[in-house]
Amino acid sequence: MSDLKFSKDHEYLRLEGELAVVGITQYAQEQLGDIVFVDLPEIGRALARGDEAAVVDSVKAAAEVYAPAGGEVVEVNGELTKNPALVNEDAEGGGWFFKLKLAKPEEVAELMDQKAYAAYLEGLS
Amino acid sequence: MGQQHAKQQEAALKRTPLHALHLERGARMVPFAGYEMPVSYPSGIIREHLHTRAEAGLFDVSHMGQALVTGPDHETSARALEALMPSALVELAPGAMRYGFLLNDGGGIIDDLIVTRPAAAGEGTLMLVVNADRKAIDYEVLRGALPSGVALAPLETRALLALQGPAAAAVLARHAPEAAALAFMGARAMAFDGIDCHISRSGYTGEDGFEISLEAAQAGAVARALLAETEVEPAGLGARDSLRLEAGLCLYGHDLDETVSPVEAGLGWAIGKRRREEGGYRGAARIARELEGGPKRRRVGLRLEGGAPARQGCVISDGEGRARGVVTSGGFAPSLGAPVAMGYVEPALAAPGTRVQLTVRNKEVPAEVAALPFVPHRYHRAKAA
Repeated sequence: MSDLKFSKDHEYLRLEGELAVVGITQYAQEQLGDIVFVDLPEIGRALARGDEAAVVDSVKAAAEVYAPAGGEVVEVNGELTKNPALVNEDAEGGGWFFKLKLAKPEEVAELMDQKAYAAYLEGLS
Repeated sequence: MGQQHAKQQEAALKRTPLHALHLERGARMVPFAGYEMPVSYPSGIIREHLHTRAEAGLFDVSHMGQALVTGPDHETSARALEALMPSALVELAPGAMRYGFLLNDGGGIIDDLIVTRPAAAGEGTLMLVVNADRKAIDYEVLRGALPSGVALAPLETRALLALQGPAAAAVLARHAPEAAALAFMGARAMAFDGIDCHISRSGYTGEDGFEISLEAAQAGAVARALLAETEVEPAGLGARDSLRLEAGLCLYGHDLDETVSPVEAGLGWAIGKRRREEGGYRGAARIARELEGGPKRRRVGLRLEGGAPARQGCVISDGEGRARGVVTSGGFAPSLGAPVAMGYVEPALAAPGTRVQLTVRNKEVPAEVAALPFVPHRYHRAKAA
């Protein structure tokens, strides 16, 4: 998905019309292992970039998910409540966490593109 | 995302004899108790857990401490250990094993361990298996306390494999036919495909299973032979933890520590009857008080509502919101499809069915005290004569 943007904390953001779809990356779900629970934000919540937006529980531990850009939560992925494993199966597609109405669309340009994120991952290993 | 594993100096980590095999199988390796250990394989913790309960999982537990206590005869060695443990060890028959604890002077648990009397009788040898992250402390305590004539010999060149699950017996019998004759908590030396091993029918999952102790150099051959069997899949420390939690088994550093007594932990069954009457071990005064008047807290199982796991440190409150205990172990139970936990509460809240609340990330999660184990044990007990 070449239209994805990435944060250093392994969240992605995909623009869908006026909204930004946010989730965790394929790399993140691999690192976490089997996901058993996702704690999603309330609809209407105002998030600043870098705020803790959600929590994802794997079998071993909980991990925070941060907002890669600021905005208002307008939708959350109800599928994850029924089937948290969807994050493992399809992190960058059907396993999205929430959708934001962006407060400052210019923040999106400050995220990494696919190539930059791939290089960033290389640097981590 | 918040990173959960601090990167440790990997150069300092020890490796088990099966290290290369874990890498070959694509294991995710993590630091644990000073060792590089497989937390899971590509199939993942949940699949490894479920497979172990359905067929057989093979675990590398070579990081654990294996040691011999040697003396001139069985009774001398047994009494030497009895000064430190409330177990009845003198009565231990050849080929029998007991679960027990090293206690400190305050009656708190230094470590939980297994003591085995080898099947070849009359040698004065007892075999110990202790927790990996406590072995240095255990050995120091033992060395300081054993009388002259009784020595501690850590077995630094031995591997330990655990084969657990309902298919374990049939699989093992193909390579070590004598294993089929072992009953739960029985052990003997025997050959596995001609390789000398010491095999016990015991484990940490609640399932029937075996632990295989052998020289490090041969461990790869035994592991590969077992993994070649269709019923057997490798399983890592992640599945080991979720399995033992479902089985209601304690993990040192979580459910047991130096402040916790065996009575508080609900492990009074491991205190020998003779030892209750006679005492004669470190910490006996507190144990006697607690057996008489009850302990100040009790270990309980907890079943949570919703899907969020509660982990060590979560506060347990009563219906009025008063803090009455704490979670010591918790996570997702794959065999139940739900989160479960263990913790300690004031005795008044310890009855199964008691409604409590657990504080998870500043939110109150309703839960209920539940009898342990969460998943019934399926040990292979000897049939009554």
